[in-house]
Amino acid sequence: MRPAPLLLLVCGLLPAAWAANDYRLEAQPLAEGVYAFIGRTEEFSRDNGGNIVNTGFIVGSDGVIVIDTGPSRQYGEQQRAAIARATPLPVRQVYLTHAHPDHFLGNQAYGTGLVAALPATTAAIESSGEALSANLYRLIGGWMIGTEVVVPQGTARDGPVTIAGRKLRLIGMAGHTDSDLMIYDEFTKTLFAGDLVFYQRAPTTPNANIGRWLAALDAIDQLDITTVVPGHGPVIRGRSGIEQTRVYLQWLSATLHGAADRGLDMVEVMALPIPERFRTLGAVKTEYTRSVVHLYPKFELEALPRAQRPPAQAGP
Amino acid sequence: MALLALSAEAHAAGSAAATDPLNSPGWNAMRERFFKQQPIVFDERVHVSAPDHAEDPLAVPVTVSAENLGPVQEIVIIADLNPIQKILSLTPTQAVAGLSFRFKVEQSTPVRAAMQTRDGIWHVGGQWISASGGGCTAPSLGSTGLWQDHLGEMSARLWAHSGERSERLRLRIIHPMDTGLAAGIPAFYLDTITVHDTASAELATLHLFEPVAENPVFSLDLYGHGAVVVDAHDIQGDHFSAQVQP
Repeated sequence: MRPAPLLLLVCGLLPAAWAANDYRLEAQPLAEGVYAFIGRTEEFSRDNGGNIVNTGFIVGSDGVIVIDTGPSRQYGEQQRAAIARATPLPVRQVYLTHAHPDHFLGNQAYGTGLVAALPATTAAIESSGEALSANLYRLIGGWMIGTEVVVPQGTARDGPVTIAGRKLRLIGMAGHTDSDLMIYDEFTKTLFAGDLVFYQRAPTTPNANIGRWLAALDAIDQLDITTVVPGHGPVIRGRSGIEQTRVYLQWLSATLHGAADRGLDMVEVMALPIPERFRTLGAVKTEYTRSVVHLYPKFELEALPRAQRPPAQAGP
Repeated sequence: MALLALSAEAHAAGSAAATDPLNSPGWNAMRERFFKQQPIVFDERVHVSAPDHAEDPLAVPVTVSAENLGPVQEIVIIADLNPIQKILSLTPTQAVAGLSFRFKVEQSTPVRAAMQTRDGIWHVGGQWISASGGGCTAPSLGSTGLWQDHLGEMSARLWAHSGERSERLRLRIIHPMDTGLAAGIPAFYLDTITVHDTASAELATLHLFEPVAENPVFSLDLYGHGAVVVDAHDIQGDHFSAQVQP
């Protein structure tokens, strides 16, 4: 008796699942030594396996700097393999832009020693990483097989840094989350903007502060940029992604403020029409609805004054 | 549907049970528990609006309204598959039949509004909400200390609806609304909110249960255009009161 047939039967689904879990990552060259992996402008699904995010890498004289590790262990491993196809040089450093699951759950491919993040990003991964990972399992299923949260051990600090012979500027900001890191390559004037810039895909806001986010976009405008890699959406030559993100956030803020001042409740706000100019943004209806949940409570409280106690005769 | 309800009350209950449009495994239990032998029909004129997915399981927003249903005596809101199914009831004495509120959801569930018209018939509408859950068994976020200093504080505002004889009241009360299902934290929630005009005439009464979200926010459309007085009570006997000027 050989146990193999039973084993094959029980595990029959596994080979198919593994075969399907190919992210087909192809490094897109953007400038000298600068590459990006461009995800789809969709929502998380079992079809896309969470590859809705952009990651990238910069090849220096004797090593590679990686920006974000993607939504799963398999993404991280396939990303690392794709980098190895582009260059024989070793990975020297991995930077995480922020603590959202599609940006850091591929950390396992690199190990703790190589991965660095802003201190508040590391703290957020420590406190919320497991919950974010569990939620992503629910959304993309088998693509998450073997994924575990790896907390970065390295610390990224705002300012200039030279790694693998490449001059970079680390820019610590906030707005999309409490802690957003951008990586600017001085040589090619390429900005890896993380999720402070979205392009052709509606911005997400679960941890957003729109005021700080708009201020961060103003700061980005001060940079000498030729190419912007947004956190989500196609690569931009120029500033149109910055402007698109700004205009959307301004509309979102004005819409929620106006609705609160008119006395609307959340579901009524969700039913408001999305202007024509934003309807081509990927996932805009879903993200707008989510944003109402994330952001409206603060706007509505600002519109509700503290009520006073009634005149004394009313009660005992 | 309306004709069916009026012409065949006895039948209505039976056919309603057989044809739950939401196809929920919990519906028969809900009907027996909350409506017993009373006549009940599914009615598309009762609207329950909520996002398809509970982005925040601690505060799922819901708006309930009715269309050409006539005067409504009472509205009951239930979620079939929540550990505590009854969310609230509203007596819209001098108010539009409907309201907005937020509630805690533990797992995917239908949320339904049952509206009782003067003939005694309950008219039921609803929709499914998908959720990854955890809302009912989580402690209130303010239970670390914030609410103790502000318990019962109300923020509120009135908006006159132009061209109509009603005004909107939006009301928020600071309260932990603990369900008793989180380990080590007993149930503690607002159970009654009444809204009067300044001559003490009742406009609306809400009876609340554990699933109502922490620091609850409500929207009600009240008949009349003037100041209102809000009285709220919780299950520990606290009484909070506020007057809202238009």
